[in-house]
Amino acid sequence: MREISAENIRETVKKMCIEANYYLPDDVLSAFDEGIKKEVSTVGKNVLGILKENASIAAKNQIPYCQDTGFAVFFVEIGQDVRIVEGDINKAIKEGVAEGYTEGYLRKSIVDNPLFDRKNTGNNTPPIIHFSIVPGDKLKIKMAAKGGGSENMSRLAMLKPADGVEGVKNFVLNAVSEAGPNPCPPIIVGVGIGGTFEKVAYLAKKSLMRPIGDRNKDPRYAALEEELLENINKLGIGPAGFGGKVTALDVKVEWHPCHIASLPVAVNIQCHASRHKEIEF
Amino acid sequence: MEPIKIEAPIVDQKTIETLKAGDIVLISGIIYTARDAAHKRIVETIEKGEKPPIDIKGQIIYYAGPAPAKPGMPIGSVGPTTSYRMDPYAPKLLELGLKGMIGKGKRDQKVKEAIKKYKGVYFGAIGGAAAYLARCVKSAEVIAYEDLGPEALRKLVVEDFPAFVVNDIYGKDLYEIGRSQYQELFKF
Repeated sequence: MREISAENIRETVKKMCIEANYYLPDDVLSAFDEGIKKEVSTVGKNVLGILKENASIAAKNQIPYCQDTGFAVFFVEIGQDVRIVEGDINKAIKEGVAEGYTEGYLRKSIVDNPLFDRKNTGNNTPPIIHFSIVPGDKLKIKMAAKGGGSENMSRLAMLKPADGVEGVKNFVLNAVSEAGPNPCPPIIVGVGIGGTFEKVAYLAKKSLMRPIGDRNKDPRYAALEEELLENINKLGIGPAGFGGKVTALDVKVEWHPCHIASLPVAVNIQCHASRHKEIEF
Repeated sequence: MEPIKIEAPIVDQKTIETLKAGDIVLISGIIYTARDAAHKRIVETIEKGEKPPIDIKGQIIYYAGPAPAKPGMPIGSVGPTTSYRMDPYAPKLLELGLKGMIGKGKRDQKVKEAIKKYKGVYFGAIGGAAAYLARCVKSAEVIAYEDLGPEALRKLVVEDFPAFVVNDIYGKDLYEIGRSQYQELFKF
């Protein structure tokens, strides 16, 4: 059994929250450069240039890239030969978030109760944590700071099997088209297909943890990602929604076996502030 | 395109009349941040027949909830939030003399009608460009609803804050105009 201390996890999570919010990942920055080359609208090009400048101001001054420093979402893969010692892993992650968001001068965007009170919890907790048990003796923590504006533009549908590939494509394109300028384009579109009602949303969210440019291992799904990206970029929405060809930087599809009666599909939209960190213990 | 400099609050109606969808503006002066929870409280106060914490007339409201300021900085990162969530409240405020709203994303038909009827303007700032936009904020002060944290009502002094005119009094919409120029796929 490999032992990892809760204290180590807490400290690591705190750093991840701060760094995710100050430093936009390289894959996103490179996608801005590519976008500037591809964009035909002058305003669109300028917007992408401003986003690059925004990223460098944030990194230089160590301030958040976006004021919405997000809901802290974690995907934690625990090797079955790992034992967490000296504390509770849930508590360690929660405390890491509270400390990171407080000490890093990040915005606290979580209310305690969605319908009644809506009182700000004051330290951006609780986080959302998805645990999975995997073989081996490693612990992998992936963190995303997920903004509310793009999350609000996400959609889920339980399609009929007869709707097929066309039904899925139409659903994704409709979701992006309706969202228009709202979710801060250029966006990254996470698509979950299959599984159950809750699984498909999880897949869509999880797909957004993959780097830009990475393709699904199944060539048919890889082709679907590319086709959706091409068509989304024909919708005309453009950077900041002011019109243009660069509406999305990438599309990610994840799938899972499903029931004979079902074809679930979920679209999780990620704004250009695609803040994600990954650490392996 | 040469940016148009405007002063906030907007005292001269002519300023509004000259602004057209697609114009780039640089806003200087005093603006107020308010988003979901602050709007709810302001409108509830008005509906009870009481005075809201600010005189709405001529003002520009920035739909934003800033990140906390680091020591020595006037404000933390502060980009616009999505505006449609303020649509239920905006027509009432425009009726009371609100002149400008800064946010990002589409407005509903009722807001667009109120912009025309009461002569206001909706500006779109670049969503997510929060560190960039914070540099235009010279000072910030909470003036009401401190318990709301990032959603408190704040008075900002801004200098050359950049934004685009999205909805003007002539019924034009920059998001629609911009999109129609580049759209190749029309089914959606």
